[in-house]
Amino acid sequence: MQGPTGAQSILTTAISLKSITRRFGDVLALDAIDLAIAEGEFFAMLGPSGSGKTTCLRVIAGFEQPSSGELSIFGARAETVPPYKRNVNTVFQDYALFPHLNVIDNVAYSLMLRQVPKAERYAKAEEALEMVKLAGYGARRPGQLSGGQRQRVALARALINQPKVLLLDEPLGALDLKLREQMQEELKSLQRRLGITFIFVTHDQGEAMSMADRIAVFNLGKIMQVGTPEEVYLRPASRFVADFVGSSNVLPPEFVGRLTGNPGWASLRPEAVTVTPGAGANLTGTVVSRNYLGATTRLVVDMGGQRIHAVVPSGASVPMEGTPVAIAFDPAALHRMSDAP
Amino acid sequence: MSTAGNGFTEHRHGALTKVSDLFWRRPNLLVFLLLLPPLLWLGVIYVGALLALLLQSFYAIDEFTGMVDYDVLTLKTYRELFNPANLDIIIRTVLMASVVTLASAVIAFPIAYMAARYVRGKWKAMFYLAVMLPLWSSYLVKIYAWKLILAKEGILNWLFEQLHLTGLLQAYLALPVVGGGSLSISYTGTFLVFVYVWMPFMILPTQAALERVPVNLTDASSDLGATPWQTFRHVIFPLALPGIIAGSIFTFSLTLGDYIIPQIIGSSRLFIGQAVYAHQGTAGNIPLAAAFSVVPIVIMGLYLWMAQRRGAFDAL
Repeated sequence: MQGPTGAQSILTTAISLKSITRRFGDVLALDAIDLAIAEGEFFAMLGPSGSGKTTCLRVIAGFEQPSSGELSIFGARAETVPPYKRNVNTVFQDYALFPHLNVIDNVAYSLMLRQVPKAERYAKAEEALEMVKLAGYGARRPGQLSGGQRQRVALARALINQPKVLLLDEPLGALDLKLREQMQEELKSLQRRLGITFIFVTHDQGEAMSMADRIAVFNLGKIMQVGTPEEVYLRPASRFVADFVGSSNVLPPEFVGRLTGNPGWASLRPEAVTVTPGAGANLTGTVVSRNYLGATTRLVVDMGGQRIHAVVPSGASVPMEGTPVAIAFDPAALHRMSDAP
Repeated sequence: MSTAGNGFTEHRHGALTKVSDLFWRRPNLLVFLLLLPPLLWLGVIYVGALLALLLQSFYAIDEFTGMVDYDVLTLKTYRELFNPANLDIIIRTVLMASVVTLASAVIAFPIAYMAARYVRGKWKAMFYLAVMLPLWSSYLVKIYAWKLILAKEGILNWLFEQLHLTGLLQAYLALPVVGGGSLSISYTGTFLVFVYVWMPFMILPTQAALERVPVNLTDASSDLGATPWQTFRHVIFPLALPGIIAGSIFTFSLTLGDYIIPQIIGSSRLFIGQAVYAHQGTAGNIPLAAAFSVVPIVIMGLYLWMAQRRGAFDAL
């Protein structure tokens, strides 16, 4: 299981979607999607449920055929290629391990299909299990494993083929928080080590930002924005992205006009806002809620009907609910957005 | 226990309340009481009758008096089972049951798969209705209906005639073993009616088993490089197998024991059920009838043992 050693081949396009549309009856699950994913990239598709991200992944895997548009995998047209002929493997949301096979037969499944001799395929499967830190678990049934272990078996099974692209459909969704964070680390280091293109679908913006090189934000079958986590977080292209990625303050044109004299939609990160007790200053309001989060405290300040979220360092100076406060922020932190939703 | 007066407990003292309280404190008692009647039924009436049957088969009939000799336990009756004539009956029945089971499984699978995978809501109700509907009418009525369908003057012959295929049917009926004077007096006729009558018993368990196979296993298999045929062979079929086995237990054992269908439709050669019927009735040879009844039980036991050994129930 070796990855490409020359990891700088980053500019090869692994997956390219041109105007991919997928209809289910009257529902437009994918609405003319354009996307290019480079080889070796860790790419996240982020969006709420029903946004089309999973359909997009299933089109790449071959479980769904696009209604129209062009899909290329490493330059070769793939819309009509069945999944079993694509060198793309998937880790499924609920792992989809075969319950009637033990762990090693699950992992060696694709080798069995290709009639690799038993000894050889078991040796390879054991190697793959070692890679996901499950050496020696081969004889167990999937039903005897914990969620995290099943996840690793699914990963080993998908990677044993040495696919060029690995697709992960909400791979960590069923795990508890602690395990999820640990698996995030492991997935990331595995991807670095193997140099395989990882495309993963998630509705958790924190997960997408901490793991991915680039993120595509989906909504209503369209891609709202593609960019690095920093770009998407700091410079959201639209209200939806600002709101979905990290719960920014989305400020309406009139309010922004009052602040800057220049109306237009804008976003403001909660951690860019400072809150000081006392009235009289230019921007004043009242604290309406106060949530202690450990290192930080989340405040909601009501400013004449407009609510502003602020995340401030916890400490004695954090104002209590009902206190009049003044807020301030660096004008550069106010990010202008287009009028599109 | 008593915290009267603090508003924590409610004061209800009826006899039924006492019983409820007792069951609440001792849940096993309730389970025991609920299970007692069915266990008695199963133990005394069901298993007891089977054991009595088994015992009968170890007696033998006295050739001179024609009476059952209840003084000696003997294997003589079982030896009689292996007479060429009786062995023929057993082999004929087992072969018929096997072929019926195989055909039922092959025909039922696509129907069950379709129902489990693609049919939803209203159409699913229609499916159940369509499968169960034949069970609502009398078994005898259905068999006589089939006798008319298969008869020389029946609709099937007429259909072959309209399609100018009478020659084909005649050629088929001229074949040894499966053929005969007409479909209604051939083994083929018996086979068709058996398959028709037991079909729901194969479709429903197969469908239930397929229903429990998550769809994403099919995706996963094809993702890992399996062609649809390989996915069927390595994933769908093994996971549906417990259901198919359950269905085959019905079709196999019902065919082994049936004595009405072969009597009405088919050649006049006997099946096990008919032999049991004849020996316990007119011939008055209860021990031989009992020994004949033990045959399907032994065969089913062997069948299940083999299925279990080959891992048919691993996916349960």
